[in-house]
Amino acid sequence: MHLYVLRRLLYTIPIIVGVTLVCFSFIHLAPGDPISAVLPENASAAVVAEIRKAYGFDKPLPVQYLIWLGNVVSGDFGTSIMTRRPVASEVAPAVANTALLAFSAISLSFILGIVLGLSAGFSDRRVTDRSVTAIAVTGISIPHYWLGMVLVVVFAVLLRALPATGMGPSGIDILHFGLEDLRHLVLPAITLSMIPTGIIARSVRAMVAEVRRQEFVQTLKGKGLRRGRIFLHIIKNAAPPILAIMGLQFAQLLGGSILVETVFAWPGTGFLLNSAITTRDLPLLQGTVIVLATFFVMTNLLVDIVQTFLDPRVRRA
Amino acid sequence: MTTRISRRALLTAAVTAAAVPQTTRAQAGSVLRVGMTLADIPLTTGQPSQGGEGQRFIGVTLYDALINWDLSRADVAAPLAPGLALSWEVDAATRTVWTFKLRPGVKFHDGSDFTAESVVWNFDKLLNKTAPQFDQAQATQSGPWIGTIASYRVVDPLTVEIVNKAPDAVFPYQAVNLYMSSPARWKEMGGDWAKVAQAPSGTGPWAMDKVVPRERAEMRRNAAYWDPKRIPKSERMILRCMPDSTTRLAALLSGQVDWIEAPPPDAVPQIKSAGMQLVTNVYPHIWPYQLSFQASSPFQDIRLRKAANLAIDRDGLVKLLGGLALPAKGMVTPKHPWFGKPSFDLRYDPDAARALIKDAGFGPSKPVKIKFLISTSGSGQMQPLPMNEFIQENLREVGFDVSLDVMDWEALRARRRGGVELPENKGADGLNNSWGFGDPDLGLIGTGWSQKRPPGGYNWGGFADAEADGYASQAKVEFDPAKQDALLAKLHTRLVDQAMWIWVVHDLNPRALGPKVKGFVSAQSWLQDLTPVWVG
Repeated sequence: MHLYVLRRLLYTIPIIVGVTLVCFSFIHLAPGDPISAVLPENASAAVVAEIRKAYGFDKPLPVQYLIWLGNVVSGDFGTSIMTRRPVASEVAPAVANTALLAFSAISLSFILGIVLGLSAGFSDRRVTDRSVTAIAVTGISIPHYWLGMVLVVVFAVLLRALPATGMGPSGIDILHFGLEDLRHLVLPAITLSMIPTGIIARSVRAMVAEVRRQEFVQTLKGKGLRRGRIFLHIIKNAAPPILAIMGLQFAQLLGGSILVETVFAWPGTGFLLNSAITTRDLPLLQGTVIVLATFFVMTNLLVDIVQTFLDPRVRRA
Repeated sequence: MTTRISRRALLTAAVTAAAVPQTTRAQAGSVLRVGMTLADIPLTTGQPSQGGEGQRFIGVTLYDALINWDLSRADVAAPLAPGLALSWEVDAATRTVWTFKLRPGVKFHDGSDFTAESVVWNFDKLLNKTAPQFDQAQATQSGPWIGTIASYRVVDPLTVEIVNKAPDAVFPYQAVNLYMSSPARWKEMGGDWAKVAQAPSGTGPWAMDKVVPRERAEMRRNAAYWDPKRIPKSERMILRCMPDSTTRLAALLSGQVDWIEAPPPDAVPQIKSAGMQLVTNVYPHIWPYQLSFQASSPFQDIRLRKAANLAIDRDGLVKLLGGLALPAKGMVTPKHPWFGKPSFDLRYDPDAARALIKDAGFGPSKPVKIKFLISTSGSGQMQPLPMNEFIQENLREVGFDVSLDVMDWEALRARRRGGVELPENKGADGLNNSWGFGDPDLGLIGTGWSQKRPPGGYNWGGFADAEADGYASQAKVEFDPAKQDALLAKLHTRLVDQAMWIWVVHDLNPRALGPKVKGFVSAQSWLQDLTPVWVG
């Protein structure tokens, strides 16, 4: 078991290095000058050269990459071109803000998705199955920024029951998290939860239905086991792939949503990425992407490890 | 899901259907809540980042310059007014030495005194790289306005002397952008500008309470402000970052903010029907095509420049923009003191345009092939894609074959800053970069004088005209404001008669205010005074 975990940990190193390389290359392939946004209208060639040098953009790209990678490994993500603040101090609060939204949305998705999926998977009534499938497909198909605006129109503009945009006054300070913070969280969390809810509901339904058809379930029934015990056996067998899907959904939510965070002016990683892209703030863009990619890789690793506890077959494979 | 409904349409429908009485709107007390278009709080240390909006919400709120804009009137172009200096004059002999007499008794928000030492300290902050307080970030932001300063010194505690490298009568318009931050606060923060950014201290009518990057800035009234008439009527002001226009609109309509910048033009009827106030006014903004005068450019021929100006249906374009624009008659607006008396009238006359094109040797079988560089969005760019497509069609109808090279805003800015000779600009006959004419250099002298090529000047395409050069060079050293205005009017007249650019429309600077917002005077400026505004 320890060896398996160690092996998986080692696998993540080339993956993360690969991600940094791809991330760095694509960002620098985009046309335009990264320092353009901070140059005065009448910047002389000397000023341009000076600022370019200050950010290290005067060096060849491979050298820039190696310097950046070295700094990242030592915890220095560089300085934002636009704000001159350290990238780490920009990304950290954004990640925390997105994490709050992601945890809220994924909790909602897990509960709704599992309840809906189980009811469809265990139900012998076609109407239940079809209804759940319809709800799941709708959840997956609706563009979430569109849904966000509908919710804003209904609950903020028409009913004036909830705020349209922004985070609550306490931010991510959980100790002081109050009703006003919750009110700000409701609409973006519901919006963001729709797609994972649909995906989880469909996956749970499919896995449960598949396991229910397997011979060992008939055997358990034949042996006279109670419904509750059979339910547990089915869940245990269906859990690993469902867990993998749930982990992926969570990792994706942690990456933030540019559209949802922009619609709700939620100061998370999606909002930060949008801002970094429009202002061509390369250090900020690189720093944010690498942090998010690392989150994604580590969440997958965690899910894989948890899976091995639940299903020894994974470890043996 | 194949049906697509635009976000704005949703809001529109909802507001129209609901017609919620505004009496249900939450009371905001004496707090003014503003939705900005910015994605981040501009630099707060003194010289704000993020262009005009940065200066509007951080510059003139927290800080003063030696000279301020008078933003108290809506009916005239905002003039200069004494700020931290009571008066200023240039030495008649050298015409390079300025003496500023400072306002006594002014204090920074931290309680320290504003003196001539503070002014020199602030100039060192921007210009003296060996000074401990030198800040590259602020120096970069002040780049367009500090280039002419050669030296500066304290004469006495309330007098400071600033020397220009060469006679420059436009210097007062540049000094208006140089804000004074507190040396005491910088020292208190251990000389760390990053810490100062969290607790900035100026002399302005507002003082900063809290900065949450990329989210909001909270300010409080500076009750001890030196100008009693400009002590803010609101106790507090909260500035929120809302880069998405639909988000800003939703926040206003739901009562979450009292004021939004740049509402979407297609939401104008709904803003009005919901009982909100839509405030517009002209300001020093022009949406033009800056033209290339390279040998390969058809616009070397004045007939084609005039034809292009006559081909544009500006009234139709204004309708497309929901009425939020004014058809251009030149670089500056017709009532501006620099407008002059151009004989070339920028009207919609496609027949006259066709005649000019024919006269220049082109026609339906031989269209004038031109390429414009345009952006997808950007500060002051209004609605660049539909506007350019509209004009492309206008020009096609008279004999221009226009291709549009579309790029993002920063890429376009880089193309402008490099001048038409930049290798990437090869083949470009024009550049659609919105422009400001708030000061003579930016608006007329820097664009119309052949010596003012990038990077020092703004004459992107290489326009060269001896008469215009004469007026520009004289205006640059005319220190009598009235005589300078007269010269600038002659310069503008010449530039319009030469059809230096294709001038299209002036933005009307729209902002939407909640029904209870009172006291706002929309100045003819990129900046606005928020001190008389309150929520009743």
